[in-house]
Amino acid sequence: MQFSGGNRRRLRLGGDQRNACYPHSLQFYLEPPSENISLIEFESLAIDRVKLLKTVENLGVSHVKGTEQYQSKLEAEIRRLKFSFRENVENEYERRRRDHISHFILRLAYCQSEDLRRWFIQQEMDLLRFRFSILPKDKIQSFLKDSHLHFEAISDEERSLREHEIIASSTSSSASKSELELESVYKIPFADALDLFRGRKVYLEDGFAYVPLKDIVAIVLNEFRAKLSKALALTARSLPAVQSDERLQPLLNHLSHSYTGQDYSTQGNAGKISLDQIDSLSTKSFPPCMRQLHKALRENHHLRHGGRMQYGLFLKGIGLTLEQALQFWKQEFIRGKMDPDKFDKGYSYNIRHSFGKEGKRTDYTPFSCMKIILTNPPGQGDYHGCPFRHSDPELLKQKLQSYKISPDGISQILDLVKGTHYQVACQKYFEMTHNVDDCGFSLSHPNQFFFESQRILTGSKDIRKESIQPEAPQPKPSVQKNKDASSALASLNSSLEVDMEGLEDYFNE
Amino acid sequence: METFDPAELPELLKLYYRRLFPYAQYYRWLNYGGGDGSRERMTKNYFQHREFSFTLKDDIYIRYQSFNNQSDLEKEMQKMNPYKIDIGAVYSHRPNQHNTVKLGAFQAQEKELVFDIDMTDYDDVRRCCSSADICSKCWTLMTMAIRIIDRALKEDFGFKHRLWVYSGRRGVHCWVCDESVRKLSSAVRSGIVEYLSLVKDNTKNDKCGPWLEWEIMLQYCFPRLDINVSKGINHLLKSPFSVHPKTGRISVPIDVQKVDQFDPFTVPTISSVCRELDTISTNEGKERNEAESDIKHRTRDYKKTSLAPYIKVFEQFLENLDKSRKGELLKKSDLQKDF
Repeated sequence: MQFSGGNRRRLRLGGDQRNACYPHSLQFYLEPPSENISLIEFESLAIDRVKLLKTVENLGVSHVKGTEQYQSKLEAEIRRLKFSFRENVENEYERRRRDHISHFILRLAYCQSEDLRRWFIQQEMDLLRFRFSILPKDKIQSFLKDSHLHFEAISDEERSLREHEIIASSTSSSASKSELELESVYKIPFADALDLFRGRKVYLEDGFAYVPLKDIVAIVLNEFRAKLSKALALTARSLPAVQSDERLQPLLNHLSHSYTGQDYSTQGNAGKISLDQIDSLSTKSFPPCMRQLHKALRENHHLRHGGRMQYGLFLKGIGLTLEQALQFWKQEFIRGKMDPDKFDKGYSYNIRHSFGKEGKRTDYTPFSCMKIILTNPPGQGDYHGCPFRHSDPELLKQKLQSYKISPDGISQILDLVKGTHYQVACQKYFEMTHNVDDCGFSLSHPNQFFFESQRILTGSKDIRKESIQPEAPQPKPSVQKNKDASSALASLNSSLEVDMEGLEDYFNE
Repeated sequence: METFDPAELPELLKLYYRRLFPYAQYYRWLNYGGGDGSRERMTKNYFQHREFSFTLKDDIYIRYQSFNNQSDLEKEMQKMNPYKIDIGAVYSHRPNQHNTVKLGAFQAQEKELVFDIDMTDYDDVRRCCSSADICSKCWTLMTMAIRIIDRALKEDFGFKHRLWVYSGRRGVHCWVCDESVRKLSSAVRSGIVEYLSLVKDNTKNDKCGPWLEWEIMLQYCFPRLDINVSKGINHLLKSPFSVHPKTGRISVPIDVQKVDQFDPFTVPTISSVCRELDTISTNEGKERNEAESDIKHRTRDYKKTSLAPYIKVFEQFLENLDKSRKGELLKKSDLQKDF
């Protein structure tokens, strides 16, 4: 992609050429896009795709993939965000183009760490799986060909010769075995069907796997994963060049690390918590990450920097004032035989700094779940981080037992952790500790946990989050007119933050 | 059969490596047709990049041995007199120069797909012998394993060039040498072993009725493979025609067509073949022209020992490899319209 601000040869394609560009409603993203686009479009495409992938993730966890509910919800979301998914929908070219470009933009953001890559690949795979599943049968062969997958369907005679073996080797139940008789069968070199033949789930003959249509998707997905994984590795290597473009750097950082919801910075309930409530609040309404930090602070009368940041900002978010915070930390550190003067000199400055009363006076916002999970993993002697992400499963189990969670609940939580659904695991913890079947929210922030918990426990609705009410992300006219690079950048950043916050309501539905 | 005395190994090996080891055929195998100018596709220096390891007297083990050509190989083997020879992978660079290569650049690239079936893996189902011992009763398990695996490799996977070799004591090895197979990744190799594996240790037998018999048969007789041997591209495995230092038996190729008749107890030992060699020399008279090259002697020599039939099996295997290669070349030149 060319990001040259000056040279703006916009490609205009005629009707036939447009169709030739994107022959299918889904693709393997083998070729990067070659148009020029504006920064505005760059940003909005990226945000839309992040929304889509997050929906894919959420639906994948709350529904069984492939069921009617899952499919219809996913389809609705893809349609709403104007991405392609099916043939014969209006504005097909534009949808496919958006799909193409947005995928490549997100590669830039999500290639940067193992965790990010894994997440990106997983959601893209699920998206491809959905699109492939609704592809009409007669379009499959040409899609495979265009994706450079050399899978040939065998002729009817060839198939009837081996019908018995193919059916016997497949893993379907006897009911769907009859369906199998009508499906196409693809002849694939055995090495390309690794996941199928290693578990003896496919008929092998003379070095070829005879794969019925329903199993071909596994192979297609494998190929996709392998190609995307390689591509991300390559992208990561060229990333320094891209990041040096200062128009793109803030966006890319935002995309992968940004909290896409409310930031809980000013609660409007400052001062409503008293210090002597904290101990009991920590067991009733704190998420496990903060509960463990509080316990460690009380036991050791100290916390290291990572813990002080994570817990300190959380406390600010639940309503502690600066004075209360200073008193709270000082009291505890003195119990650890710290000299009061030393506290004043070394630690109180930092507390005031985090409240925006020192230095450049940024009012730091409490950490979101994403931030806690993805950055600054705890080491020996640290108590910060996300227990579902960072604790050893055995230790986590013990901890949950000590919190009196039922064995059934614990095993559900551990299963979710195994599937890397850390925030859902925390939601489950919420449900178990508050005795509700459905927590009713999609957890993305520790302060959200606290707020929701208090809502249930006190039955009150007057603790209002001071939410910012943005509109859906729209290109800002003022920025479009602005030709000056640095001020465009500044406005981009501010409009970006608003747009990012615009996702908040979206996820709190 | 006369007994084998390990103490005689140094002398016996000297004679074996000078007069009996089939260097020409061995090189023909591992060179895979390279150097005749027609194999640009193949990595240049396929033979030169192959790792060998030697175990010398007193258990001295040296890795990353590599050789320029057949004559270089011969000289080194005769000089070092190895007790054991292992074959490893074909690397990106000459193994004997691997220390001069930039860190991380020296990589194993290709190797035959190998299987190792060891009788000790059947210890829980054989009562006649245990650990290193074998007898004709439990050897039947090995015969069954060879037949089952060979059939799967041939019919399911389409592998054409499979060399089965007696390990010299209690097991067999299989070397799958097809060109495409040598390039397979570790993941696919693991997958092949998984495909071929049925028996898991200590499975409880809770089947009843008509399935019980099958279950028992499977538990007892189905091949038991060691996945670690097969999955690693850089894994080193005992070379065919190597000698087993404890039994003295030579690792000879097995004729799969006649696998039922293969008897490990009739496999020649190094002492027996050397003895046969002595007898021949005596009978042929003392007029041996020492100026004649050893090679000429050798081609006559092994033919008159009990090694002969086994080398014939090996030569048939090599013929098949050659035929395949010519077939591939013809296909390629046809495609290029290169008449």
